[in-house]
Amino acid sequence: MSHLAKKILESLNPLTPCKKWGVPLRQCPQFLFLLMGVIIIGVILATYSIAVYQIGDPKIVALIVLVIAFVLLILDFIITRSFERIAEASRMKTEFINVVSHQLRSPLTNLRYSLELLSSGKLGKIQEKQLEYFKILEENTQRMGDLINDLLTVSRIEAGKLPLKKEEISLGTLTKKIILKFKPLAEASNVKVELRVPKNLPKVLSDSLWLEQIVENLLDNAIRYIKNKGEVKIKIKAGAKKIYFEIQDNGVGIPREEQKFIFQKFFRSGNVLKYQTDGSGLGLYITKQILRLMGGEVGFSSKENKGSTFWFTIPIKL
Amino acid sequence: MAKQQDTSNGVKKILFVEDESALQKTFGDILKQEGYEVVSALDGEVGLKLAKTQSPDLILLDLILPKMDGFEVLEKLKEVPETKDIPVIILTNMGRMEEIGKALELGAKTYLVKANYTLQEVVEKVKQALE
Repeated sequence: MSHLAKKILESLNPLTPCKKWGVPLRQCPQFLFLLMGVIIIGVILATYSIAVYQIGDPKIVALIVLVIAFVLLILDFIITRSFERIAEASRMKTEFINVVSHQLRSPLTNLRYSLELLSSGKLGKIQEKQLEYFKILEENTQRMGDLINDLLTVSRIEAGKLPLKKEEISLGTLTKKIILKFKPLAEASNVKVELRVPKNLPKVLSDSLWLEQIVENLLDNAIRYIKNKGEVKIKIKAGAKKIYFEIQDNGVGIPREEQKFIFQKFFRSGNVLKYQTDGSGLGLYITKQILRLMGGEVGFSSKENKGSTFWFTIPIKL
Repeated sequence: MAKQQDTSNGVKKILFVEDESALQKTFGDILKQEGYEVVSALDGEVGLKLAKTQSPDLILLDLILPKMDGFEVLEKLKEVPETKDIPVIILTNMGRMEEIGKALELGAKTYLVKANYTLQEVVEKVKQALE
């Protein structure tokens, strides 16, 4: 109980975010606003009482008001500067992700091409045992490449520089294509994938590449987080203005206390880490942000050890 | 004399402008195996100079280069009569719409993003361009 009380107090304390961000007190916008509020109230009261009791000298009252106004102006300036610094830090972080992911691409390309040449057998005969290791190297360069691409996408989303095309797309056909692509993974994981689409589903106006990425992310998660064997059921329905896409699995689910973090970037659920070490924690963040740009919505319901159901909506082409 | 004629008649010459020496090596090896002669340039200035003196049949050009970037090299190649008809394939990791559009507008024949092509696929594109 005292723990809870402490938590409530902490959330009421305006200085908590500044402590979290590492901003010193004299630059903490929350603190400065509070200080300004207190000063303004104090000034009103002081001016009032001075004016009432010493009405004989309005010059002093005017002087005090001027001085106080000047102090408030300085405070204002500091607050604006502090916000600038925070905004600047956020921009630098996005820039940093962008530069790092670009810089990682060149060495990765070198690795990938060298590896391809090595494993092609053009440089000499390859032993069976060596092939296995080439395969490991290939899979891991692929993983690194995917991660770098996700990072680049995140930095583009955050910089507001993610151009989306507007194409007429049949979500049913697109989903069928992706299920076919995931067939080997589904079979290897002993997972059955089922799709239900109504016959005359209206088309959507969206970017096909990104929509594919969204469906892939959701299907990949559904399959990956099924322990042993299981089933994934996809349902697509048309509403008046939107198409509704739902994907249900009977996998490990998401623990209740972690559900609120699920769309945050780099978040990975604790129970998932036990089964799958692979994964960047960026897929669902990207999914949510792109759907937002497309005018859609995304959500889920989940029970630990029972499975998860993710859904999204996307506007119908009118 | 006879030997010189042989090289100019039979073997196609490719100029590869790329500052990553690892890529120079991999592409150099595979293109030589495919029977091409490869001339390497590690920066834009040398690339432009070699394009004029070596008269290659094809140029593989990266965009991010020391001294002179790929766009500038491409622009200068297209300004001069002796190099303006040499087909140029852009091979780079920059893959934004503006960059692709700009390179094609400047006269590049093909634009390949490294992350999306395997070594073998790039070699196929080179073969197609030389046919």
